[in-house]
Amino acid sequence: MTEIEKTTPDTPAAPTPAARGLIALPLAAARALLLAGGIATAASAFLAWTWTDEFPGDLTITGYPGGLQWLTFIAGALTALFALSSYGIRGLGWLLPAGNNAPLALTALGGFATTWFTVIAICTELGGVVNLEPGGWIAAIASLLPVLGALALPEQLGEDTKENLKAYVAKPDRIPAPKALAPWVERAIITIVTAIGLAVFTYGIDTEYGELFIGYLILIAFSLWALHTAGLMDRFSRIVAHNRSFTLAMGFVAAIAFPFTQTDDHYANIGVNILIFGTVALGLNIVVGLAGLLDLGYVAFLGVGAYTAALVSGSEFSRFSGVQFPFWASALTGAAASLLFGVLIGAPTLRLRGDYLAIVTLGFGEIFRIAVNNMDGDSGPDITNGPNGIPSIPDLSFFGFNLGESHDIGGFTLGRFANYYLLMVLIMAIVVLVYTRAADSRIGRSWIAIREDETAATAMGINGFRVKLVAFALGAALAGLAGTVSAHVTYSVVPTPYQFAGSTPPNSAFLLAAVVLGGMGTVAGPLLGAALLYLLPEKLNFLQDKSLLAFGIALVLLMRFRPEGIIANRRRQLEFHETGQLDVPEQATLTDEPAVTKAGA
Amino acid sequence: MRFGGLTAVRSVDFTVNAGEIVGLIGPNGAGKTTFFNCLTGLYIPTEGTVSYKGTVLPPKPHLVTKAGIARTFQNIRLFANMTVLENVLVGRHTRTKEGLWSALLRGPGFKKAEKASEERAMELLEFIGLAHKRDHLARNLPYGEQRKLEIARALASDPGLLLLDEPTAGMNPQETRATEDLVFAIRDKGIAVLLIEHDMRFVFNLCDRVAVLVQGEKLVEGTSEVVQADERVIAAYLGEPFEGEPGEAEAAEVAAAEAGSTNAAAEERSTTSTKGESQ
Ligand SMILES: Nc1ncnc2c1ncn2[C@@H]1O[C@H](COP(=O)(O)OP(=O)(O)OP(=O)(O)O)[C@@H](O)[C@H]1O
Ligand SMILES: [Mg+2]
Repeated sequence: MTEIEKTTPDTPAAPTPAARGLIALPLAAARALLLAGGIATAASAFLAWTWTDEFPGDLTITGYPGGLQWLTFIAGALTALFALSSYGIRGLGWLLPAGNNAPLALTALGGFATTWFTVIAICTELGGVVNLEPGGWIAAIASLLPVLGALALPEQLGEDTKENLKAYVAKPDRIPAPKALAPWVERAIITIVTAIGLAVFTYGIDTEYGELFIGYLILIAFSLWALHTAGLMDRFSRIVAHNRSFTLAMGFVAAIAFPFTQTDDHYANIGVNILIFGTVALGLNIVVGLAGLLDLGYVAFLGVGAYTAALVSGSEFSRFSGVQFPFWASALTGAAASLLFGVLIGAPTLRLRGDYLAIVTLGFGEIFRIAVNNMDGDSGPDITNGPNGIPSIPDLSFFGFNLGESHDIGGFTLGRFANYYLLMVLIMAIVVLVYTRAADSRIGRSWIAIREDETAATAMGINGFRVKLVAFALGAALAGLAGTVSAHVTYSVVPTPYQFAGSTPPNSAFLLAAVVLGGMGTVAGPLLGAALLYLLPEKLNFLQDKSLLAFGIALVLLMRFRPEGIIANRRRQLEFHETGQLDVPEQATLTDEPAVTKAGA
Repeated sequence: MRFGGLTAVRSVDFTVNAGEIVGLIGPNGAGKTTFFNCLTGLYIPTEGTVSYKGTVLPPKPHLVTKAGIARTFQNIRLFANMTVLENVLVGRHTRTKEGLWSALLRGPGFKKAEKASEERAMELLEFIGLAHKRDHLARNLPYGEQRKLEIARALASDPGLLLLDEPTAGMNPQETRATEDLVFAIRDKGIAVLLIEHDMRFVFNLCDRVAVLVQGEKLVEGTSEVVQADERVIAAYLGEPFEGEPGEAEAAEVAAAEAGSTNAAAEERSTTSTKGESQ
């Protein structure tokens, strides 16, 4: 009994045609095609695909894959691995717990997409198909084979073509419950996954040219999708649920390890910016994800923190140039100033609900930037130096350890940005701790209650205004805290980044997008969203002014197909996909009764 | 209470005493729910006051709940994406006071309070019979259980007066029977109950007193017999005389309950009247 045959749904009464593939081929041939195609794809990465090294990554060397060829190699290997698992090879059964075909089809498509993207990129950039060496042709054909094989796999097909295609890429309804694992095995799995995650993430940050980054994203998207349809994501999140604090600890270990894997401080710079962006997004997640308050001017709080830190940093251009606070004091001052600003903005606006609140916060966010722009001594009091901002902010130094200089630690050289990166990891740890503790408490529950139904929440005795103000002020303080570090990282503070929308993060629109894209109400979601949104404009600089358009399209697509964000909060997942009652124990009661309605009072 | 030109509730004077079950009936659109909303501060009455145990309550929902009046809603308004237990824990909000700091610091006081809240919530879930579903999302409960959960959530604030807005709407006869028992059990805890209901058998079985609201005005108030006999009520609402007389047993039960309820003086009164011009 092989894994594949198990999937055929046992609905004998259904008048659907028997299980067969879209392409008529015997099962054995389809499988062989998948396996052989996967291996051939992986092997084709060792050929020369083009004749000139003008195409980035140098794909001209036979026997040694370069750049995008590595991605093709990995995709082919993954396809072959899944194909072997579908043969029922011992030791690989865990790859396909539900025994469905979707992961096979998706890994095959991933290999196909990456390879063909590369081939097409070669042809368009170098001008014509003549630039393809035979190796390129072989790769293109080899990567097509598994796709054909996948389409020939038996599926329960209906009349509708759209439905038929969906059968190949959808998650199975029922994933068999996993075997109970020993605690140390679970921890080992988490460690391995974290290590792979770090490697994948580091690879993404270190990609040197746009084509490679696109290929990387294609491969990641298809692979994650395949793992998701295989049910491995569900299984992993189950393991994580058993080992929350261990996973969190591993996450931080991985985060700390990152700068030690880098030789170029430029990438640590990207890392620290992602962390600042992610930390602020996590703060926004309290406001948006937990309390459900749409704040469109959130970046102003980052600005308040940054300006406060700059003013007390001892910079000679600061209004208070004689004052130089130690970092802990300036961090607290920045957070406190932000908190105060949050309360000042929140007190009058939080009485509004929904769209009105969004518009008013948008206005206040802009007011901050304009006010800072004008406080130059001409149009207003001389505090912020106007559009010139406050430059030459000195580097931080802890107990004689100057963050601005390179240090050798255990054979690794940590540059300036790596130092700040590690400081930022500490700040992020604080913010994660605040977030998780606040969310799981009386106040956190009242935030969620307000988000769910404000009227009912107040009728349950929650002082809506006060609780919302606490969320708003806490979010502001956390953003301010991140802002104090960002002032030192960037040497100077100027008003322009603190706007509603722009083509580079962080700005309010990007912050919100990071939260929504990553997954509202989760810890990992906004961090992932922030990483993605920071890397996209950074790596795809050929998009330039069209990057906002590209984001818009990507966001619309994502919201259409995965409204709960990349990382789904348990609650939101159930909210958007009613049937997938993942977390409900077996005896779940399904009824025909109408669901909860929210109309009327 | 007026909405623009429409006067939804006018001059309704109403008192509920401790240990009583009082019914509020009336045709659709009579203003029963609006009356509840005025009582609980969701609507600010155009005129009139609400008082509870002798003090006038400000029209702020959270203060009303804090003072000891809890309610359910006609259209169930649970926190759909919170678990059953979390819903009840939110109901505990006014009776606990751990703020942000104690949540962040997680001292022993915080842990003790969380544990006590959870114990109390589980007690209530046992009481309404949903303890086994504590980790289900509220949205996944069947309709009847959602109504029960709403009652448990309201009870979590340890109210002296419970307002139920159509607690049996959409229920089958068995569930209605069970709700009847539940309301009696709540009354036996010393909580006064004011309920809106369209199911006449249910109302007359349960209630010590019944008030009839028609077009925003109180028509009559009195025992089931008085109300059922009233010509105007029959004309305005029932259409024809009510048939199923409450059985001897229930009547006796009601009488006994009435006799035993003379402890605390839970009383609230709402007066809303219109004097101004309507535009
Ligand atoms: N927020 C509002 N704005 C305007 N009119 C309202 C509002 N709330 C209620 N009304 C009106 O007030 C009147 C009384 O409504 P209410 O909901 O109190 O009736 P009800 O007695 O509860 O009826 P039902 O038995 O159908 O629940 C209705 O005419 C209704 O349309
Ligand atoms: Mg009503």
